[in-house]
Amino acid sequence: MAVASISQADWSLHRKGHIDQKRHQEKIKEAIKENLHEIVSREDIILSDGKKVVKVPIRSLEQYKFRFDQNKGEGVGQGQGGTKVGDVIGRAPSEGQGQGQGQGQAGDQPGGDYYEAEVNIEELAALIFEDLGLPNLEEKRNQQLEAESVTFKDIRRTGIMSNLDKRRTIKENIKRNAKLGAARFQNVRNEDLRFKTWDPEIRHESNAVVIAMMDVSGSMGEFEKYIARSFYFWMVRFLRTKYNNVEIVFISHHTEAKIVSEEEFFTKGESGGTRVSSAYQLAYEVIQQKYAPSDWNIYPFHFSDGDNMFSDNRLCVELVKQLLEVCNLFGYGQIKQGWYPAGTLMSVYSQEIDHDKFVAVTIEDKEDVYPALRKFFAIRQPVEA
Amino acid sequence: MSNELDQLRAAIEEIWEFSAANTPLDPFPIHFEIVPPGVMYEIGAYGVPGRFSHWTHGKAFHQMKTMYDYGLSKIYELIINTNPAQAFLMEGNNLTQNKLVIAHVIGHSDFFKNNAYFHHTDRQMAETAGVTAERIRAYEREHGEKVVEEFLDAVLAIQEHIDPNLRVIRKPRDPQPQGPRRSRGTEFDDLWELRKGEEPEAPGAPMRRKIPEEPEKDLLLFLLEYAPDLQDWQRDVLNIVRNEMLYFLPQMQTKIMNEGWASYWHSRILREMDLTPDEHVEFTRLHSGVLSPSPRGMSINPYYVGFKIFEDIERRWNGDLTEKERREYRERNHGAEWPHKGKGREKMLEVRELENDVSFLRNYLTSHLIEDLDMYIYRREGDEWVVVEKDWRKIRDMIVESMTNFGYPYLVVEDGDYRRARELYLKHCFDGRELDQNYALKTLRYVHQLWGRPVHLETIVDEEPTVWTYDGEKEVVEAHAAA
Repeated sequence: MAVASISQADWSLHRKGHIDQKRHQEKIKEAIKENLHEIVSREDIILSDGKKVVKVPIRSLEQYKFRFDQNKGEGVGQGQGGTKVGDVIGRAPSEGQGQGQGQGQAGDQPGGDYYEAEVNIEELAALIFEDLGLPNLEEKRNQQLEAESVTFKDIRRTGIMSNLDKRRTIKENIKRNAKLGAARFQNVRNEDLRFKTWDPEIRHESNAVVIAMMDVSGSMGEFEKYIARSFYFWMVRFLRTKYNNVEIVFISHHTEAKIVSEEEFFTKGESGGTRVSSAYQLAYEVIQQKYAPSDWNIYPFHFSDGDNMFSDNRLCVELVKQLLEVCNLFGYGQIKQGWYPAGTLMSVYSQEIDHDKFVAVTIEDKEDVYPALRKFFAIRQPVEA
Repeated sequence: MSNELDQLRAAIEEIWEFSAANTPLDPFPIHFEIVPPGVMYEIGAYGVPGRFSHWTHGKAFHQMKTMYDYGLSKIYELIINTNPAQAFLMEGNNLTQNKLVIAHVIGHSDFFKNNAYFHHTDRQMAETAGVTAERIRAYEREHGEKVVEEFLDAVLAIQEHIDPNLRVIRKPRDPQPQGPRRSRGTEFDDLWELRKGEEPEAPGAPMRRKIPEEPEKDLLLFLLEYAPDLQDWQRDVLNIVRNEMLYFLPQMQTKIMNEGWASYWHSRILREMDLTPDEHVEFTRLHSGVLSPSPRGMSINPYYVGFKIFEDIERRWNGDLTEKERREYRERNHGAEWPHKGKGREKMLEVRELENDVSFLRNYLTSHLIEDLDMYIYRREGDEWVVVEKDWRKIRDMIVESMTNFGYPYLVVEDGDYRRARELYLKHCFDGRELDQNYALKTLRYVHQLWGRPVHLETIVDEEPTVWTYDGEKEVVEAHAAA
């Protein structure tokens, strides 16, 4: 008769599963990168309100095989007893939740075809901005302010007596005595002593302010607002990776401009005409009052459909030039959807403003948000008109 | 720790000897290894320790580990089909848990050794997998990790399309399709004989040998032999994957039987051995945890179903039929009485030797069992899954159908020289279930990657013959196709 045996080896160096798992995670990252233009404007991320981890659908990670159509969702199951025809045994999560784009991707069945990866928003932001930089970064006075603090980080066997860690020292002593057979605190020797050590931490303080301006006149619809919203969402996240302190001022305008809350900025619409200069004027005043260019990196950005009062255009150009003097970068995004003729503002700017801190982008589609971000934060690319 | 090891060694010896003396089991010797949970899940994910690296294994490992971390599942038992068999016990499991696992895997080891479908499996698979993994590692160094990974992506996508009945690799045939050589060719004379009585070739049309001569189920083998542009290392990788699948297929084919068999024997062994009252309570709790319907009701628990069927076979072949069963038997057999008596164990041993899940369920999943196990067919209706069928025949037929060809669509290679342009023409042997078009088109891309020329798949959509094609640039869907 054959035998049975048993053994126990040291498996602590066994890493194969972890190595292949790491490759799997790299593949997820690659897949996310390929789909960034879609992911960037996903509503469930933009509206995630502080959630740290979001689910991102990835198409390329699914392991495709020849398989039967799953649509009918038929199968053999097993109950706890007494199940009858007509009994409901489960409920499907309703489809398309949190997607809302209305257009499916061609060739994809609803649900099930995606591999959903959980990603940290910070990581996502890092991927989006991986090869992007902050243009025109200037050394601000505040930046040189170093805040020094002390943290105790480590325990060592040598140190000065005033840093003696008494609790650990007693523990070590008892441990040593226990080995000798008497687990008591006695006969303290040098080898029992434990000291706290500390490191000074120096943080560089730096500040940035985004002045988010948006046209809320009648011509700006849901789509335009959503585009602006996704843009600001990522912009703020990007700036937060570069600065300790990022503030945003929301200015909405039609013929008059006012400072509003974030909520109002993205939801409220007004009717009437458009006078863009009112927003720039207000932005300039805010900078003068609260955000001295010597202390702050300033990023004004304006979204509009470009449909400005013609008589106002000249003043706008003047104010943009004025703002360019004090800010790191001025962005103008013109959102154009469908067959509406483009507004005039973009053509005026492209003719009149030639400044390397001025970036103008046109967005026609949700998927344009990502290229627009890249253009805005591209490292020293000459700006195309 | 050494105390724990001693306890386990004693338990293994005790159970092993008890089983040898009191059961008809005839297992391979088993070597047990105590491992931490992470390693347990890794081996579970790879199927065999030391198997080649691929991100899909990493994905499976991660999923298993996550399930474990969240307490959603626990692998209590893991045994590798080798001789001697390798079984794994999880660090941190208590002694009763381990006793159950030990008794359970003795059942598996017996099944591996004696079930006909396992007869040709590689009993040195752990070594084989380690050696081939090293070869694949060398290919990665030589050709680049990404190149090897992409090739494996394609092969793994179709790895189930092999033919376990073809165990021998045939000698590679001449991969060049050839016309007849009328001028010289006595060796082809028999071919001309075979064609007698068939329609004569149109004058001037070149004759060709059909490739494959018969529809070929083993897609991997066909690619291995005929794919025009594969390099040697790629053929080797195809062969490695195919051999590993030949090794894993019997396990996929006998999941219900194998688990049912092992569960039957762990319950018999532990029930008859001396356990302390505490151990007995713990054992009963564990046993009923293993043998309970799946909690969501959307699948069946193979342990439970297999266990009940084996118990039912034992009861009926022992002759303990209910009056109803006797009457039903008489009605079906012109008044003849149920002939079996006292043959329960003998019949069980025969079943474990000869059947696989498909025949096991078809032959032994009775109406009474389906009722007793509360099995049903459900379907998705709107946002709900609803029980739509309780008829036992339909339930049995559906579960048998779902396991046919290990649950994968049955495809064959029809033509390796389609349109005389060496395009590959696959055919889905339609059994009433349509294919997932999106998945099929994506998978055709992989087949194209391996074949190197346009690939086609014929199937049925809405009762119409349809051909899906990937030609290297675009996907084409064409109805009303004719091969």
